[in-house]
Amino acid sequence: MERPLTKHIKPGSAAYNLKEYKQVGGYNGVTKALINMAPGEVTNLVKASNLLGRGGAGFPTGVKWSLIPMDVDRNGPKYLVCNADEMEPGTFKDRYLLEGNPHQLIEGMIISAYAIQAEKAYIFLRWAYKKAEAGLCKAIDEAYKAGYLGKNILGSGFNLDLYVHSSAGRYICGEETALLNSLEGKRAVPRTKPPFPAISGLFGRPTVVNNVETLSWISHLVENGADWFKGLSLTATGGTKLYGVSGKVKNPGTWELPLGTTMRELLEDHAGGMIAGHKFRGVLPGGASTDFLIEEHLDVKMDFTTVAAAGSRLGTGTMIILDDKTCPVAFIHNIEKFFALESCGWCTPCREGLPWVEKMLVSIEEGTGIMEYIDLLNFNAKYMGPGNTFCAHAPGAAEPLQSGLRYFHDDFVKHITDKKCPWR
Amino acid sequence: MLTEKEKKEIHEEIKLYPYPAGACIDALKIVQHHRGWVSDESVKDIAKLLSISNEEVDGVATFYSRIYRKPVGRNVILICDSVSCMIMGYESLYEHISKKLVISFGGTTSDERFTLLPISCLGDCDNAPAMMINNDHFNRLTAEKIDELLERYK
Ligand SMILES: Cc1cc2nc3c(=O)[nH]c(=O)nc-3n(C[C@H](O)[C@H](O)[C@H](O)COP(=O)(O)O)c2cc1C
Ligand code: SF4
Ligand code: FES
Repeated sequence: MERPLTKHIKPGSAAYNLKEYKQVGGYNGVTKALINMAPGEVTNLVKASNLLGRGGAGFPTGVKWSLIPMDVDRNGPKYLVCNADEMEPGTFKDRYLLEGNPHQLIEGMIISAYAIQAEKAYIFLRWAYKKAEAGLCKAIDEAYKAGYLGKNILGSGFNLDLYVHSSAGRYICGEETALLNSLEGKRAVPRTKPPFPAISGLFGRPTVVNNVETLSWISHLVENGADWFKGLSLTATGGTKLYGVSGKVKNPGTWELPLGTTMRELLEDHAGGMIAGHKFRGVLPGGASTDFLIEEHLDVKMDFTTVAAAGSRLGTGTMIILDDKTCPVAFIHNIEKFFALESCGWCTPCREGLPWVEKMLVSIEEGTGIMEYIDLLNFNAKYMGPGNTFCAHAPGAAEPLQSGLRYFHDDFVKHITDKKCPWR
Repeated sequence: MLTEKEKKEIHEEIKLYPYPAGACIDALKIVQHHRGWVSDESVKDIAKLLSISNEEVDGVATFYSRIYRKPVGRNVILICDSVSCMIMGYESLYEHISKKLVISFGGTTSDERFTLLPISCLGDCDNAPAMMINNDHFNRLTAEKIDELLERYK
């Protein structure tokens, strides 16, 4: 089984430096793309591979790049931004790539910037990722010295400067337009779309924002081609995926596996099954902003379309397991508290709805809830849903709530009728 | 008053932006780096330097969770209180630290050695429970491990 993104990551030992990375074929992709390919050819290759964005929404990367004006608008800078703000509870995959192989990301960014002809690129990094920050800065320094960054890269005439911006903290910075405001030194509130960043992004200029895992693919695509990429998965969407499992399992962790690996395989073969004495009750398949799935869904393939068909989202591909010793109301309360705290405060259903949801959940958990709250929670989940807010923060918060209310309805009712939490 | 060193560092950042206000977050970080937190006076000084209003600077300063608008202790303990760490029992660790230091979330010990704050998911969910002390990460925490760790920070 091929593991292109992680094969050079050895947990516990330091990431490859430039020399070591080159010894295993690193930076060949840059040479190939910048010397032998036109920018449009790179974009077409990414389009042909049908690489879907790994940041959560699964948007086709090649399509996103092709929205960047290439011929008319050459009288000002364009930007490439790597979204490395990873902060969704239960998600720890980008950190693995950032700490494990910074040169792979940098190489991918050089080729991507070349494809859209951006001469400035940023890595928007979560503040807490101190180890990743040090590793990236060192790797960028090496890349400058070796002539892979800076002016006239490999004599191609293409220039690129790459900066690391360490965030000042807030989950909403990960939303791509909020991220752009933050890079401009402002409050990280999402922007109205359209215009999309491809037309008017950072400082009003055409900008592409992509996730760490997405950009880490680009050098491999250039070297091995679209058909190779498509052949890596078990489903129609190409590639492998970094999956993760956390919760009361024997061996929590993150693994690169073919897209379309089932939840059961992840849970049982890779995460080692549940810790003795704990039973599986449910799972958020792709981070805190995805709908619960339950036992009957365990054979669902972890791909964008298949998880969606089961009623949830692949999201970030990192599963959080709910076990029978953890109160589902407390689990959902913890998640809604996070979303309430991290709301930027722009839209009413999010700013007002989430604290209200949080209060009702506290009340149910403490045994002072009333039946009417269940309807009110459903009411709020509906109004936080898609179409009522500027960004996907509130719809994301609605997902574990609405599905949790459905799958764990009896547990909610029991808290209310018994006037106490059965788990305490 | 900003020190010459702070001003110099902020001017370096300004160069990277099309206009000075772009360096607002960097300026706040620089001041916090030197002073531990950002006072009302510093907000005004930064606003003047960047030619924007005090309110604009404060709007940014209060938006971001890692900019402190109140003094903190010499060491800041950040306990992850997100869902995977909850499943793995961060609450009992919080109670342990809270009892030991006699402070709750948001509090600073009377000797100003520690400030205790909650933090959202640290991306270490497969090694939960996790926390940070200043810039250092720790995971797979137990009460004993925490006792030992705290000793390293004076
Ligand atoms: C509230 C919120 C937080 C987000 N956080 C992140 C994040 O931390 N990292 C990320 O890559 N995408 C995040 N996204 C998705 C981005 O908006 C965007 O879709 C993504 O960076 C695009 O990259 P991709 O096309 O490579 O997936 C977030 C979205 C929302 C609504
Ligand atoms: S949905 Fe929430 S986070 Fe998103 S713009 Fe509206 S208030 Fe802000
Ligand atoms: S939930 Fe605590 S590190 Fe992710």
